[in-house]
Amino acid sequence: MREFILFVLIIVLGTSGEMCVSRTMKTVGEVKDFRPAAIARVILRALRVGWMWIGVGMMAVAFFSLLGALSLENVSFVVPVSALGYLVGACGGKFFLGERVTSQRWLGVFLVVIGVTLVMLSRR
Amino acid sequence: MKSQKLLRLKTFFLILVIVLAGPLGNVLLGKGMKHVGRVTAWPPEALFHVALRIFSSGTIWLGVASLITFFVAYMLVLSWADYSYVQPSSSFSYAVVALLGYLLLGEAVSPLRWMGIAFICTGVLVVGRTNPQTSHQGREPSGEMG
Repeated sequence: MREFILFVLIIVLGTSGEMCVSRTMKTVGEVKDFRPAAIARVILRALRVGWMWIGVGMMAVAFFSLLGALSLENVSFVVPVSALGYLVGACGGKFFLGERVTSQRWLGVFLVVIGVTLVMLSRR
Repeated sequence: MKSQKLLRLKTFFLILVIVLAGPLGNVLLGKGMKHVGRVTAWPPEALFHVALRIFSSGTIWLGVASLITFFVAYMLVLSWADYSYVQPSSSFSYAVVALLGYLLLGEAVSPLRWMGIAFICTGVLVVGRTNPQTSHQGREPSGEMG
């Protein structure tokens, strides 16, 4: 049960947080200059967007949940199971970010879900 | 056409950084947390002591540094590529992390688990072979008037 709650937090908050960051970076615009000072400026600009803070907050909770899960389970179990974020990501990309998710992508997500199921079955 | 090629090259390079730095970070965190011990207590003061042990671990900080590298690369690539493209491509790391867990931490990875990971990789390949940018069409002004 404890593991279950931790995994839900990792998958749902991790993916939602990344989507908030993605939304932020789309408003910041394409990064064309890769010098450290320019990258620092991009980060500062991103920090002025509200979505960025919501995203970072969610990812922080997901991070500590990950640490908790890693104290209980192997890395080779925890990280593959968190791949369920694909499913959340495809749904979120479609409904939250307005991206077009092709049937080919859905097929890939389906294969990932099968893979995660097998990894879960391998636990005991 | 040339800019499209450059965009792909740029995207590919950053995804490579993401795929290497992410798994390494996770494996270092796993190593650190095994050292900290099982986190089974929930009362705030118990969690506080766990947090102290976590933040005094050098391995955890190395893992965090690796994940920050991963995160910055992720943010940069998300500034031009779709999220639902980047996430699947970067998620090769799900296979790399199992390999590193097996090689560096000596974790027992059963054949069934490898098979599951192979499915995840195949899914990643199927999803990854699409154009990195699709939401532009969605952002063109539509016929509707405000």
